[in-house]
Amino acid sequence: MRATSASPPVPDHGRIRTPRHRVPAPIAPYLFLLPAIVLFLLFLVAPIGYAVVLSLFGQRVPAGSGGYGAREQTFVGLDNYVTSLTDPEFVASVGRLGLYAVIVIPCTLGIALLFALLLDLPGIRGARIWRTGILLPYAIPGVIAAMMWGFLYLPSTSPVNAVLTGVGLPAVEPLASGSVIAALANISVWGSLGFNMVIMFTALRAVPAEVYEAARIDGCSEFDIAVRIKIPLIAPSLVLTSLFALIGTLQAYAEPTALRPLTDTISSTFFPLMKVNTDAFTNDNINGAAATAVIIAGFTLAASAILLRVTRDRSDAS
Amino acid sequence: MTTATLRAGATAPGAAVPRRPRRGSPIPTVILVVGAAYCLSPLVWVVMASTKSPQELFSTFTLAPGTGFLSNLEKLFTMQNGVFLSWIGNTMVYSLGGSVLCVLVSALAGYALAKFRFPGRDTMFRILLGGVLIPGIALAIPQYFVMAGLGLTNTYWAVLLPMVISPFSIFLCRVYATSSLSSDLLEAARIDGAGEFSIFRRIALPIMVPGLVTVFLLHFIGTWNNFLLPYLMLSNERLYPLTLGLFTLLSTGDGKELLYTTAIVGAFVSLIPLVALMLFLQRFWKLDLISGGLKG
Repeated sequence: MRATSASPPVPDHGRIRTPRHRVPAPIAPYLFLLPAIVLFLLFLVAPIGYAVVLSLFGQRVPAGSGGYGAREQTFVGLDNYVTSLTDPEFVASVGRLGLYAVIVIPCTLGIALLFALLLDLPGIRGARIWRTGILLPYAIPGVIAAMMWGFLYLPSTSPVNAVLTGVGLPAVEPLASGSVIAALANISVWGSLGFNMVIMFTALRAVPAEVYEAARIDGCSEFDIAVRIKIPLIAPSLVLTSLFALIGTLQAYAEPTALRPLTDTISSTFFPLMKVNTDAFTNDNINGAAATAVIIAGFTLAASAILLRVTRDRSDAS
Repeated sequence: MTTATLRAGATAPGAAVPRRPRRGSPIPTVILVVGAAYCLSPLVWVVMASTKSPQELFSTFTLAPGTGFLSNLEKLFTMQNGVFLSWIGNTMVYSLGGSVLCVLVSALAGYALAKFRFPGRDTMFRILLGGVLIPGIALAIPQYFVMAGLGLTNTYWAVLLPMVISPFSIFLCRVYATSSLSSDLLEAARIDGAGEFSIFRRIALPIMVPGLVTVFLLHFIGTWNNFLLPYLMLSNERLYPLTLGLFTLLSTGDGKELLYTTAIVGAFVSLIPLVALMLFLQRFWKLDLISGGLKG
């Protein structure tokens, strides 16, 4: 907005040092942006547009053809959305995802914050090694992570069970229906802990050491410093990691899909995106799948916007 | 001055005894060690399990080594006329190719958004920022239809092209260009008569390298880990990346121990380059770029 209104007396963010008469060739920035814009239109805007269009149509056998006519695309308005939102399978998948998110997001962020604060303590030995060890799972694809954890969960290959049964205790079955969501949550926490920790740790390192020294001289314990100084100071990176965690959780797909071969407690419609995929390719209901995908995308966008708004209001108020 | 006050504070026998964290309790270190052990435990498992023969997988103690490592490797690499090697090659094409192209496109766009003023700039930036929030995976199915429309499904392009555009990478490049490139330097080059593209290539790009390495790594890991997109786009096993290939092995291996051990040793082999890359490139990460991005 600001760039388009050419009102010379208004200083622009104090960047008055760039004199107006040296405005570069006006076409250059558009050329630089061209590849990004073309790809953005082709692979983000067009698919979204196409999904919205698909979601408004349905495959109907024309009336009066006695059921023998070829199915054709007809405009059905919001029917697909109503069907999606009232589909018990979809509602159940949202419920499971909600439960999963309630476990994954606080655990990932909480443990990552704890580790980041511990790493930032003075006098931690081998900090770099522990940090690398905790970060490593971030580089491991979800499919492979799910495979490894899946075998660790299987009663016949679980080292925990080998120990438990060895001392006469009953074996545990993480993949049983009562605990499968927690088992999935563990894989997600395991995989994303390190990345969140490193972002928080980097933010902590950006704070000048003098701030802490002053607090220490005033007699603050390391715990007080962490709670009263460090956490508020790195609030922006906490917002960012929450946002990533939220978006990542709503997209949960690879891990439950990869675990399915090892257990029958994960259905093909276990999480919303799995339901979309099953509808589109197994049930041949592309229009319904498109409506569900649009609902998920819209929800993600809304949730991210709300999270950003809420945290911005809070930081403005303080 | 700060250090002087510090020393005085530390040695002065004040009323409030200052804590000496350097001689602090071992508990924080112990917690970190437990955390690292938890994070590494599946890796220990996969190393051990990949040495087990199909008969040993379910019959010996999980963390005990087996005797089948070499024969597992042999089965892995000879399976279906060496399809595993194709998967490795494909993964490199998708991740390396996709990330290099993505960094180029993002650097150009981020530089333009950071260092030029032009009509529509803010609007474009806002739309791109909205793209960051759109879940890539919810897009995958509509992307499949677009690709099918273009007749590109079941080709390398179907997996490669959608990976080249990354709003988040553009956002990071813009943040980094804003903070690292001085407008005066660019102005000076312009006065010297340099063209816009050669300014970008000879001046901006070299300065942006540390930020671009970070963008590259984040994107590389993202594309390497991508599962749904190739899962939707590809039906020819010869085009699969490692993640999809291993998943197929595992899901067809239901109850067949032979395929289980092959999938496990495949997982082990495919983790080696990732772990090596991570350990080697860790020091080049500039993740403050990400935390800094939010303030800007």
